[in-house]
Amino acid sequence: MSKKISRRKFLVKGGLGTLGVLAVGTAIFRNPIRREIIDFTDSFVAPYLGTGTEANLWFEITKHNTILLHSPKVEMGQGTFTGFAQIAADELDININQIEVIAAATESGIVDNLGTGGSLSIASMWTILRELAATTREMIKLEAAKKWGIAVQEITTKNGIVTFKDQQLSYAQIAENVTEWEIPSTPTLKPFKEYTLIGKPIPRIDLNAKVFGAPIFGMDAEMDNMLHAVVLKPEHIGATFKKANFTEANKMPGVVKIIQIDDWVGVIAKSYSEALAAKEVIDIEWHIPKKWSEEEIRSLITVGSGSEMLVQKEGNSLKKDESFLEIEFKSPLGAHAQIEPNGAVASYKDGKITVIISTQVVGITQKQVAKALKVSTEDVNIIPTFLGGGFGRRLNTYHAIHAVQMSKAVGQPVKYFFTRQEEFQNDMFRPPTHHIMRGKLNNAGQIENLEHHFASGNVATESVLLPNITNKILGADLGAIRGGSIHYNGIKNRRAIQWHKPLPFATSWWRSLGLLANTFAIESFVDELAIQGNKNPIELRLAEIKEDEEGIRLKNVIQKTQQHTNYSDKVKDGIAMGFACSTDAGTPCAQVVEVSIIEDEIKVHKVTCVMDCGIAINPDQVKAQCEGAIIMAMSAAMHEKMYIEDGQLQPTIFGPYQMAMIKHAPKEINVHLIQGIDKPGPVGEPPLGPIAAAIGNAVRRLTGERLTEMPLKLS
Amino acid sequence: MNISFIINNKEVTVDVKDEYTPLLWVIRDHLNLKGTKFGCGKAACGACTLHIDGAEIRSCSYAVKFAAGKHITTIEGLGNEENPHPVQQAWIEEVVPQCGYCQSGFMMATAALLKENNNPSDDEIDDAILNICRCGTYYRMRKAIHRAAELSRDQKS
Repeated sequence: MSKKISRRKFLVKGGLGTLGVLAVGTAIFRNPIRREIIDFTDSFVAPYLGTGTEANLWFEITKHNTILLHSPKVEMGQGTFTGFAQIAADELDININQIEVIAAATESGIVDNLGTGGSLSIASMWTILRELAATTREMIKLEAAKKWGIAVQEITTKNGIVTFKDQQLSYAQIAENVTEWEIPSTPTLKPFKEYTLIGKPIPRIDLNAKVFGAPIFGMDAEMDNMLHAVVLKPEHIGATFKKANFTEANKMPGVVKIIQIDDWVGVIAKSYSEALAAKEVIDIEWHIPKKWSEEEIRSLITVGSGSEMLVQKEGNSLKKDESFLEIEFKSPLGAHAQIEPNGAVASYKDGKITVIISTQVVGITQKQVAKALKVSTEDVNIIPTFLGGGFGRRLNTYHAIHAVQMSKAVGQPVKYFFTRQEEFQNDMFRPPTHHIMRGKLNNAGQIENLEHHFASGNVATESVLLPNITNKILGADLGAIRGGSIHYNGIKNRRAIQWHKPLPFATSWWRSLGLLANTFAIESFVDELAIQGNKNPIELRLAEIKEDEEGIRLKNVIQKTQQHTNYSDKVKDGIAMGFACSTDAGTPCAQVVEVSIIEDEIKVHKVTCVMDCGIAINPDQVKAQCEGAIIMAMSAAMHEKMYIEDGQLQPTIFGPYQMAMIKHAPKEINVHLIQGIDKPGPVGEPPLGPIAAAIGNAVRRLTGERLTEMPLKLS
Repeated sequence: MNISFIINNKEVTVDVKDEYTPLLWVIRDHLNLKGTKFGCGKAACGACTLHIDGAEIRSCSYAVKFAAGKHITTIEGLGNEENPHPVQQAWIEEVVPQCGYCQSGFMMATAALLKENNNPSDDEIDDAILNICRCGTYYRMRKAIHRAAELSRDQKS
């Protein structure tokens, strides 16, 4: 059954067919938060959430017979645009050079109100995008059939051309003359084996732009008649504005206006350098209620302190008078440290707002700006760009508001971005964690009890991404518990108990959330149990996995890792192997690192990674995600640490904030992918899990020392 | 005041109010070449790396006055799609970039290294390439640097 959609429901550009096919597939608008909440953190693949029921833009056919996909998700390096291009092109029957992907702006396209994150972009769009693309292809065929007066079944499509016997027309030629599109019911998708792009390791579609320096990032954006702004914010935790004297600053060359709103001061000038110079001479006083110390902050995050939440309860708890092994682990406060600073180019004119911005939350930013500036959301157009790194940092882009407020104050567009100090001191950090692991082996050498007691600051709590109700129901922090439960379903007695307390500064989403620290604690401890029981650590683990669906997949990645590395727990020629594994968001991943000690430093030579993410739309980019995740997790595990000094978050610059450089990266990273399910699963975060524990486990074999605190250092 | 230099083989004169303005902002905001990036403003991350008279410079901390009369090369002048520099060619072959923001700086640093040493060892790469990439593309980058060296040697011979 076909249903007609009226002409006015299409957005038309340049006389060519701009297809809004939102009527396709009712599944698009399902409410997402209707599932078991615990699933949300562990294996929940959120459905795609559109911005409304109005017809908006998905595909735009250009006169060059290419198709522009307005992506509801942004590209931050994770390769989603390339994956989307492959998925859509295969059903559209066009080749990869005929598709372009841009991030949808709120005004013209459809944005995802869940934002871009959680490793969910490909997984959540897999079916919908193919259905939309297939429907679009059928719409084009229907028009061709009408034009030629034949049945639609007689038409074939390939490379953006419709063919009937010796007649051919390009998609663009058809779209050019269509005044009213007919929308068919959703066609049956092609069988997998007919896909020619899905599953192929093609180069990223944004490769040339990124190799030849194209101006694609938020930082590269400009508007006509634009001014430049910098912002002055308190450097001390919890400080608020007291008073300021702008007399000297106002006299500085190029200064247009200085404004103070809430706890920030904006300096707007003709050039960035002039704005920065004026900021330097502002005489400002802050109210500092308290100068926090490192010890005070650390002590807030302690098992036994804050709100308690039982995350996992299987069998019995360990009793105080039993003998068991107990080890404490810690991870530090971590920064996102994406290289492109946060910022925005904003224009406020007659109540209409335009913001060009690197953001992971296009729809949320639109609502935040509208609310703060007291305009309706329809009057705010958020135009997302490519992101110079996301990593969860840009799930909080409220600074768009500041840019708009400054534009409103001067009546001109304003470009504002953070200094690096501002970036470090106003990050939405990965919170520090504290873990107490307890466990014991039974007489048969199997794990009898395993308990993970852990404490964290906010990750999901207070986030605009989740309804407040979810935290109230659970009492736990949904982000901090990621990776916190014990996946060894063969262990009879398991506990995961979370302690949660907010810190006096913002902590939030950091790629993989709690997974990094939780897996470090659990997998280090399991390794220690293996040593205590004189067991091969992989065999010990395998014996504790029951073969349900998840168990089979986890076992499989573990065994494949074992095979690829010939894993041995014996040190050979000064090199030890370390093993660890985790299942995150439904994607199991196992890693073996090969480590030696060189000049008293831990050196990781080689990493082998086996991951089961289901269908890999682009296996090369999935591998790239694994390689990058491994290096980012190594950087966090071995080098990075924020601390508090004299009430301030420190350090405020790269260098002192140590991060992995090329010299620290393993010379060999071998990634092997397994397809254990017949759909694409999460990719970007799961491979961050095992590496820290794997390194610690190798070091234990080399030196006898159990490393219990990140960043990992030899004593 | 006016300051003249040659950028990507083109002679330009810029009118700057302060001769100590970092070269980076003159290039990005006056000349509208956005390929050279701002990362930290303290010469710590290398996103702003370009060449002055063939040598690697972190332009966020280099006053424009010192560029007077010199030859500057940015990523836009290193090569183009029709005629990529060996480093860019290698970056494409190895599919190095993820988010891509830091990559111009890395390619410029690599091009400067290869000018001095067209067959760098792993240790020499470690010593010379001190930029920061948050996506963690270092594994592919090392392969691309070796590949670029190979392409450079082929070009010479």
